[in-house]
Amino acid sequence: MRDPITMDTVRKIARLSHLYEGDGSAPGHGRLDDLASELNSIMGWIEQLNEVDVESVAPMTSTVDMDAPLRRDDITDGGRRDVVLANAPKAEGGFYVVPRSVK
Amino acid sequence: MTDLTQLTLEAALEGMAAGDFTSGEITEAHIRACERGRDLNAFITATFEQALEQAKASDARRASVKESGGEAGKLEGAPLGVKDLFCTEGIKTTAASRILGNFTPPYESTVTANMKAEGMIMLGKLNMDEFAMGSSSETSAYGSVVNPWKKHNRLVPGGSSGGSAAAVAADMCLGATATDTGGSIRQPAGFTGTVGIKPTYGRCSRWGIIAFASSLDQAGAIAKTVKDSAILLDSMAGYDPKDSTSLNVDNGNWVDACETSVKGLRIGIPKEYTVDAMPTEIQSLWDQGIEWMKDAGVGIVPVSLPHTKYALPAYYIIAPAEASSNLARYDGMRYGARVEGENLIDTYERTRAYGFGAEVQRRIMIGTYVLSAGYYDAYYLHAQKVRTRISEDFRNAWEVCDALLTPTCPGAPFEIGRQLNDPVTMYLNDIFTVTASLAGLPGISVPAGLDQDGLPLGLQIIGRALDEDTVFACAGALEQAADFTAKPEKWWL
Repeated sequence: MRDPITMDTVRKIARLSHLYEGDGSAPGHGRLDDLASELNSIMGWIEQLNEVDVESVAPMTSTVDMDAPLRRDDITDGGRRDVVLANAPKAEGGFYVVPRSVK
Repeated sequence: MTDLTQLTLEAALEGMAAGDFTSGEITEAHIRACERGRDLNAFITATFEQALEQAKASDARRASVKESGGEAGKLEGAPLGVKDLFCTEGIKTTAASRILGNFTPPYESTVTANMKAEGMIMLGKLNMDEFAMGSSSETSAYGSVVNPWKKHNRLVPGGSSGGSAAAVAADMCLGATATDTGGSIRQPAGFTGTVGIKPTYGRCSRWGIIAFASSLDQAGAIAKTVKDSAILLDSMAGYDPKDSTSLNVDNGNWVDACETSVKGLRIGIPKEYTVDAMPTEIQSLWDQGIEWMKDAGVGIVPVSLPHTKYALPAYYIIAPAEASSNLARYDGMRYGARVEGENLIDTYERTRAYGFGAEVQRRIMIGTYVLSAGYYDAYYLHAQKVRTRISEDFRNAWEVCDALLTPTCPGAPFEIGRQLNDPVTMYLNDIFTVTASLAGLPGISVPAGLDQDGLPLGLQIIGRALDEDTVFACAGALEQAADFTAKPEKWWL
């Protein structure tokens, strides 16, 4: 059911994961074909799940049956701009500074 | 005076209550042990100065409580360690990853806040596998943790809570917090001759714990004894409206449960937990454990958990899928490290390629792959259905027994840097622990014996959801029968 993972698949997944490295090495700094073969071996091992009969089985959602908790949509925290910005790699005048994304 | 680092948490709390020694004294003794144990690399960030201040404040608190006839906190004055996955206000928190840079949380995780309210003295932040992804504590960006137990070469302490396990085993702290996603509390406890408790999913709030796989992540404790682990868990657990999966139920009488009789209980022995290539020593320890439980008056029943073999493959879909989603937030914009690129996307990519280690990147890739267009139903949804099957297996077992007894790990601790041709071999470490993680059930590892090389081996008790009482009772009985008193030789001094 699954196509083998090729170097192209690895590149595509790396891009989707925002891990792409333009120099041609694979995420994790190894070789693209090594990672492809590793992922193939992991996915091949995972394939055994197809043996399990899950006909009319509901996906698991919780350990102990509980209703989703509800609360009022009240503001309970906030107004601490400088505390939040203290961890920013770059901040200026009360704002995050990020690379330009709109030309 | 006796060496205060040799005490259990229980004895330390009693000693301080009796006025035999102060928190300041026992904290200082542990700081010395931490300094002499640097080679074990158990800590990422030490907070010794703050610890001494906290100890001073604790001693003052204890004195004033005594005067007013009140009760001291459950952890009052006890020097403990905190896994570096828990956000701690004003103290750098790394998840053992480069991507968090010098991130210093302006808030405290609910679990550590609960512990501080009970009087914990925090010695520092403990090393671990990066983002809790690993079974050896070798994937840390801050270097491998070293197991205090040694053969010829240095051994791994297990993972991901390897720093917690190593620090407790080396008498560097009286106990430590840990987290479990697939076995990250019980497996390192098994590898270091310590006790590791993972409670029912939802017992401990996940708020402020850096997320790996949200439907699996659960905090717990690593300690020197079963009772110590119950004292710690009792101070950590409790309902928290800030975590929507937190269970609004009371803690049990866990500390008392450790000494409750197990007579008349039925313990199940799952036949599927006998795996190929498991060392005979582990099988014989398991057999020994069965005999011990029989002697304690427990009825032994064979049970079958037919979907056991599918637990690890299901885990390796669910955990990476949730991780790839949780770790998408690390983009170098609002906190953590940033590597400047040519444009926004390039900056994201360079930051993440620099910030995440190889294992984390591998798991993000798997997760992104199984969640990518057209694959969600075939992988994630299918795995969540298999997870229901695994839970049903346990539910069926609970018809005939009250708890399960299994080995904790399929092998003894291995050497640091052991070359693996294939990641699946490393993943197999979690084969006996991952089932309870997937089903959200409480599990505990108790040190039960030594292998032929003198390395510790653990046995595991798994219980019904919310039935930590029975888990602690069985673990207490097991601990008493095993009478495990071996300690690692302190070669690092």
